[in-house]
Amino acid sequence: MKLHEYQAKQLFEEAGIVLPPGEVARNLDEVREIAGKLLDPARPGIMVKAQIHAGGRGKGGGVKRAETVEDAVKAAEAILGKPLVTPQTGPEGKVVNQVLLTPATKVLKEVYVAFLLDRAEERMVCIYSAEGGVEIEELAERSPDKIGKMEFSADAGLRPHQARLIASRLGFAKKDMLKGADVLLKLSRLFLNRDCSLVEVNPLALTDPDGVIPLDAKVTIEDNALFRQKDLADWMDETEEDPGTLAAASFGASYVKLEGEIGCMVNGAGLAMATVDALAETGRKPANFLDVGGGANAEQVEKAFRLLMADEDVKVALVNIFGGIMRCDVIAEGVVNACRKASPPFPIVVRLEGTKAEEGRKILAESGLEITPVTGFGNAAKKAAELCG
Amino acid sequence: MILVNHDSKLIVQGLTGKTGRFHAEISQQYGTAVVAGVTPGRGGEEVLGVPVFDTVAEARAKTGGNVSVVFVPPPAAADAIIEAAAAGVELVVAITEGIPPADMLKAKQAIRDLGNKTRLVGPNCPGVISPAANVRVGILPTAIFRPGNVGVISRSGTLTYETVAQLAAHGYYPSTCLGIGGDPVVGMGFIDVLEEFEEDPETKGVVLIGEIGGDAEQRAAHYFRDHMSKPLVAYVTGVNAPPGKRMGHAGAIVAGKGGSAKEKIATFNECGVPTALSPTAIGEVAAKTFEGKF
Repeated sequence: MKLHEYQAKQLFEEAGIVLPPGEVARNLDEVREIAGKLLDPARPGIMVKAQIHAGGRGKGGGVKRAETVEDAVKAAEAILGKPLVTPQTGPEGKVVNQVLLTPATKVLKEVYVAFLLDRAEERMVCIYSAEGGVEIEELAERSPDKIGKMEFSADAGLRPHQARLIASRLGFAKKDMLKGADVLLKLSRLFLNRDCSLVEVNPLALTDPDGVIPLDAKVTIEDNALFRQKDLADWMDETEEDPGTLAAASFGASYVKLEGEIGCMVNGAGLAMATVDALAETGRKPANFLDVGGGANAEQVEKAFRLLMADEDVKVALVNIFGGIMRCDVIAEGVVNACRKASPPFPIVVRLEGTKAEEGRKILAESGLEITPVTGFGNAAKKAAELCG
Repeated sequence: MILVNHDSKLIVQGLTGKTGRFHAEISQQYGTAVVAGVTPGRGGEEVLGVPVFDTVAEARAKTGGNVSVVFVPPPAAADAIIEAAAAGVELVVAITEGIPPADMLKAKQAIRDLGNKTRLVGPNCPGVISPAANVRVGILPTAIFRPGNVGVISRSGTLTYETVAQLAAHGYYPSTCLGIGGDPVVGMGFIDVLEEFEEDPETKGVVLIGEIGGDAEQRAAHYFRDHMSKPLVAYVTGVNAPPGKRMGHAGAIVAGKGGSAKEKIATFNECGVPTALSPTAIGEVAAKTFEGKF
């Protein structure tokens, strides 16, 4: 689950990192009020920052500096309520519902740090580079030698000496080195204590007058750990999520809307991806990726199938199940129940194998519904493509 | 066969739960020696004629169980894995989906701290089956399995069953079949299992099912090239998958390049591993590769 910058900074403050004040505004009146409060003649104005779940906001025009309250209002007016297109949003952009206002600061030096799980080596790592504020992917391509990596304990976070080593390698000296190390230490502990899958600060900056502070903050919370981070679960911004994906998640399924015309319901991510591959061979594209998961009951399967029925792009539904922990009779019952409550607007191709497959096929056959049973999932993909016309 | 055999005695952690009980019964019917269940607070009960204990240590001491399968919900699952290792269980197979990766890092560290005597398969996996010994540890559907000579290893669950069914259609069956799990942090990896298959006299050839993300497939391909004499066939799913969730820029850097299905397939081919390009052609490519060899 991704957090907004302002939420991430709230976690930073909880972790004991001192930040300049910042407040979120959802409309221009709030912008005016907050800007008036934060404007400080000793500083080079106020930053107005679009809050969306995508990087590259500066490039897309979503981060602006304003020198007066009216400037801030104008800057906010240009982005609030409108889609912001950045290199990471895709061409349709993401609508900005809120902006973060924070005092501008004089930046003397910018570096990059991130904390995450190194999947290949199965260890927690801090990634760092003295070249901050730039696209880290570009830097990795251009000069990988400028990116450092340090493993840290999954129990304790960075050790103080590790934090000092990174801070000094990043080019901070004397008191700034100590302040930088302190921030790094706190970030690594926050990463562990809050079950983050990513804490990325780009840039971590040496500023005047605030010293070493995170100027930006990107934090992702591990979805599988939300059961013990319940307060953070409430921070989810549902406007950032696809409604189908959100609905599916509420009953343990995984749904991604795609651009094709065949609605797929599959169990298991591997088989779901393979179904996409098999469809591609027929020249047809899936309208979605839908993995109903392993432990769904009939009611949840019914809800999952309704996601296909609610999608106007779907011309044919393809149900491809190889039962293991998932029982085919449960799938059949769910599909039949969905179709009894509202007549499906498309033909349905069903392939059931594995646990309770016979029972499942029987439920479908006896339902009186128009469902085409097939064996073999190559055949299932072909049949679905054929019915697509 | 590898990992589980005629000597395997199964402890079911979470036997009193709905899923644990459902799959323990199927394993029993298949012929697997299910010797004990463990559910803290339910010691002394009996489920499916199997005694339930409060702790794995007691279950192991009283029944001689040497393999455990974990059906414990995510918040307690990592501790259940460590408990089994601490009790001296030789093989732990974790089925549970949704365990935080950080918990798994700690569980694997705990297993190492205990002297690395326990092998871990999973989590988020379908389990292990050795048909010739009638041992099923996990949730695999038994109907598709007969004893044979093909080692089957996969990161997926249901795609594993699909593969086994396709192999069966060409007359090939597994010596042992297992899913290593789809999570970021899992126990045994492809190479650990390939080593076992290479050493196993009953296994004559191996089918490996990979997927997008990470570089485990490339490492497996190189292992094959440098260390294996038995034929290996691979399939990598996700060629047409939409760009997945990215963990920001830093995630892409740690994963490095090469996570795409196409790059993985290219590496397999460079290393002399025939790959099925279609998910419906896995059985066919395997049959062609194995024909005349066993």
